[in-house]
Amino acid sequence: MFKVKLTQLNALLDALAASYPVFAPIVEAGEANYGEYKAGAEVNLFKQTVKSAKDAFFPQSQDLMKFRTEGKKIDIIDLRRDIAPFVIFGVRACDVKSFEILDRVFLSEPVDTFYKARREKGVIVSLACAKPEESCFCTNFGIDATAPKGDVTTYTEGEYLYWIPNTDKGEQLTEAAANVLESADKADEKAVEEQKKRVGEVLRRLPNGDLDLSEFKPEKLNELFNDPDWDELSQSCLGCGSCTFVCPTCQCYDIRDFKTNDGVKRFRCWDSCMYTDFTKMAAVNSRNFQLQRFRQRFMHKLVYYPSNNDGICMCVGCGRCVKKCPISMNIVKVIKKVGGKKHD
Amino acid sequence: MTDHEMLIPSVGVITDIRKDTPDVKTFRILTPDGKKPFEHMPGQCAMLSIPGVGEAMFSITSSPTNREFMEFSIKKCGCLTSWLHALEVGQQITIRGPYGNPFPVNTEFKGKDMLFIAGGIGLAPLRSVINYIRDNRADYGKVDVVYGSRSKDDLVDIREIQEEWMNEPDFNVHLTIDRAQEGWDGHVGFVPSYVEELGFDTNKTAVLCGPPIMIKFTLASLIKLGFSKEQVYTTLELRMKCGIGKCGRCNVGDKYVCKDGPVFRFDQLDELPNEY
Repeated sequence: MFKVKLTQLNALLDALAASYPVFAPIVEAGEANYGEYKAGAEVNLFKQTVKSAKDAFFPQSQDLMKFRTEGKKIDIIDLRRDIAPFVIFGVRACDVKSFEILDRVFLSEPVDTFYKARREKGVIVSLACAKPEESCFCTNFGIDATAPKGDVTTYTEGEYLYWIPNTDKGEQLTEAAANVLESADKADEKAVEEQKKRVGEVLRRLPNGDLDLSEFKPEKLNELFNDPDWDELSQSCLGCGSCTFVCPTCQCYDIRDFKTNDGVKRFRCWDSCMYTDFTKMAAVNSRNFQLQRFRQRFMHKLVYYPSNNDGICMCVGCGRCVKKCPISMNIVKVIKKVGGKKHD
Repeated sequence: MTDHEMLIPSVGVITDIRKDTPDVKTFRILTPDGKKPFEHMPGQCAMLSIPGVGEAMFSITSSPTNREFMEFSIKKCGCLTSWLHALEVGQQITIRGPYGNPFPVNTEFKGKDMLFIAGGIGLAPLRSVINYIRDNRADYGKVDVVYGSRSKDDLVDIREIQEEWMNEPDFNVHLTIDRAQEGWDGHVGFVPSYVEELGFDTNKTAVLCGPPIMIKFTLASLIKLGFSKEQVYTTLELRMKCGIGKCGRCNVGDKYVCKDGPVFRFDQLDELPNEY
């Protein structure tokens, strides 16, 4: 274990940034979001980022290819470039877990090479939660916020940031920051252990830390789909899509063409199943009503995805959607209402 | 499909355009060096695009037994299809695929008497499997085709149907149009009632393709005739962007139509939420 004074956080990031592009929670207009670290940037490890860390591997907007046309001819230009190893710093346990969930989508056959290229080059420096929020409910999904995985695990306690490399990639990163990191001693290890214990107690008392998910079984798919409560739950949904954009596991995307001065660029960007045109075709739309779109999002997370992925839910309980929804509707309420009764 | 091809298409050249009906054209696509773009099985689809306009999934109309080219019968009904209809021979487009699961031509269909029922542009995916059966005739039993359209001018690929299918041994083709029309002495009426009128033997395996309303009523007609849902296949069509089960658009229940479909049996569809 190593340590660095929190007052020296920028020095640590400067040391890492000398060898890698570093993405860290940077504060802008009072809100933290992952962004590329530049010397002197205000990094805040205590605020939850508004958007999740999925941007690192599945960017909000990403160029796929370019077309140049001349007369009747088309040239297709591959825009994939080699990606240099990069660091994503300060990832909480929930977001670390979200990468596993995204992997099951993007790395299953046929592999999404755009995602894979970034995923392989990302070095994850995770950060244990020192102060879980009221909106957190990660404990429902087998996540221990006091012991996040990643290539390096860090803790903020007292004056220090503690640094524990877990993998070869993590060891290499430790070397890159060797001038800034100092060795930790027994007392430091004790401080971390005490934090884990203290925070563990807080996690056990989270207001939504012990939800009953047992009703969301793949074999009850149609019964859950036909639950009459979807109507009431979805009534006030504005279809704004905020929940999907802040969600670490929402992975639906759009592919669009954009005309530039130098041909046509085809890019993909995050999309939302909450939007009216998500399933719209020339003649028909398979999900015409907000009820259907609302239901799709939660059924996908709680039933469809688990059905294809060994029962794993497509939610990590980060609580971002809980905080962002303009009408205070969220997956916790859905789990309580729909999951709170038997579907036979 | 290799990793390299993921979402990145190849160039295809339109080498022939046939106007089948007032709103359906059949496009023949080759690679720039004159080859078939890729191999496929009946029922599989491909993503076609015009850069700057968009990309969409289309069923491959030609049979895999056609070694020379690939054909797509496309109805003009939205943005991309309107652009496609405005293209000329020699124009390049982009193509990627094949996507989806084909009809079980080498398993469940083998040795069976087949009943194909199509409405309008619904013939497009069926033409692939029907011609595949014609080219592997010994492997299949008798074939019946019921094909209906709004008018005689809306029957897609009528030349091939009349000149080739109707002359094929053990092939029965039953055509119908919705309303009586001058110059048409064939059957007049909707497909579902025509199917009931014809009254098929229930030892057949049926494949249904057409507009949703036609599918719904024709399935009911088949059930009435004594068919079970395990004997009837169809194809689903939903909005798609990626074609590989990741973009989320064609998700129905725990299935993705692009990857797990587009071919489904009706008993399989019963297990999915009714949202297609």
